Amino acid sequence: MDFRHILNSKKTLLSVILGVFFTLTTCKTFAIQGENGTTEAKNAEQEAFNPTTAILEHIGDSHYWHVGGETSIPLPVILFTDKGMEMFSASEFHHGTEAHQGKYYTYKLVEDKIRVVNAGGEVDKEASKHIYDFSITKNVVALWIAGIILLIIFFSVAAAYRKRAGKAPKGLQSFIEPVIMFVRDEIARPNIGYRYERYMPILLTIFFFIWVNNLLGLIPLFPGGANVTGNILMTFVLSFIVMLVVNFSANKYYWKHIFMPPVPVWLYPIMIPVELIGVISRPFALMIRLYANISAGHIIVLSLIALIFIFKSMWVSLVSVPFVLFMDVLELLVAFLQAFIFTMLTALFIGTAVEEHHH
Amino acid sequence: MEELFEGLLNDHLGFVFWAAVAFVLLLILLAKFAWKPIMAAISERERSIEDALLKAEAAKEEMARLTNENEQLLKQARAERDLILNEARKIKDQIVGEAKAQANAEGARMIEQARIEINSQKAVALADVKNQVASLSVEIAEKLLRKQLADQQAQDAMVADLLKEVSVK
Repeated sequence: MDFRHILNSKKTLLSVILGVFFTLTTCKTFAIQGENGTTEAKNAEQEAFNPTTAILEHIGDSHYWHVGGETSIPLPVILFTDKGMEMFSASEFHHGTEAHQGKYYTYKLVEDKIRVVNAGGEVDKEASKHIYDFSITKNVVALWIAGIILLIIFFSVAAAYRKRAGKAPKGLQSFIEPVIMFVRDEIARPNIGYRYERYMPILLTIFFFIWVNNLLGLIPLFPGGANVTGNILMTFVLSFIVMLVVNFSANKYYWKHIFMPPVPVWLYPIMIPVELIGVISRPFALMIRLYANISAGHIIVLSLIALIFIFKSMWVSLVSVPFVLFMDVLELLVAFLQAFIFTMLTALFIGTAVEEHHH
Repeated sequence: MEELFEGLLNDHLGFVFWAAVAFVLLLILLAKFAWKPIMAAISERERSIEDALLKAEAAKEEMARLTNENEQLLKQARAERDLILNEARKIKDQIVGEAKAQANAEGARMIEQARIEINSQKAVALADVKNQVASLSVEIAEKLLRKQLADQQAQDAMVADLLKEVSVK
């Protein structure tokens, strides 16, 4: 704690923040350049830089975690085949250039997807249908990192509450507490009503999970940079859980509203399917909203960086780097906003499901 | 379209599985070891703060009530003092008045008595004087008669007169 005074100086802090920002945006540039370099190395006669592929590669999942320059971390591959389980390192694929001879099949990475190949090196579509890819991919690792960060933060905050019972919050606790109070007083209580306490754990977990993952996604360097909340599968899982929670906590009024809506009986053939679609469409909208917002942010930042490579001029960075900085700051807001909206709508759906009707 | 969905489950079921496992695990761990104690601590502290505020409010009210009561008591005491003083003054006036009246009455009575006494004494004295005058007159008359009737002739003349008067009747 002898060095605290360094961080206490506003000037130092500001320059550190700016420095980190500029470093990170530059790293992003190197990342694209590096990726581009390797593909060029692969195919010498390959066509010019294709921004679409580069960007989609960056926001997608992968069996490697690109760290910087030419370095990437190969991640473990786990496959469930019709003959049994296989486990090996993704380094066996040599970035998709080589096939790996497993216990049961020969595998190859095609556009970062694992396919079975036959002896001639051709993709065997029929056999590929029996392979289920349960690899620990980049997004899975990012998920674990986010989970560990969340556990560390909230276990230490919980410990602080135990240690300082009844006293004013201090340190990290005093940063987290207003956010928890915000979730409780602005999201849970007004939308769910007096029964809010049962749903606080799921709402808080969703909120902080999305927020932390959004923020980690904004960091272009190794522990971050994965596009977890901008992955439609992740948002699918989240909204599916929300759907389960909403429908399992629904009371008889909710179901009555779906199966016996207050309309003339002859309208039932229209109304009941509409209401049933509503059950699915609400979490579906949650899924799309989060995925699209976060992906869009990543795509904009990456597009601005890609401009440099499209124009093949260093001077474009004078325009795109400030824009990237601006977008990154905006994304900080969006990261919070999307976490808030997702949690808010979850609370709203739970609220409609547990609402009591007095008529 | 079919091309788009080809191998969808094969490629992505794994991630869905890992994501679901990670999220559910996180939810359980956080709910048990973080949200429960944190929410309990927050609501406990809120309750204690609210309690303290309520108590302070009650103490303030109690204080105001006591002050009010004291003032009331003081006012009452003052009023009572005034009342007692007034009454005492009234009683004093009354006593003085009564004493004065009594003294007046007593004086009047004594004067009256004196007058009666004087009158009666005067009457007694007058009666005494009258008696003495009467006895003196009788003595004088006796002496005169004795002197007038000293010779026999005068006595006979008088008897004759008296007899004359009786025979006429």
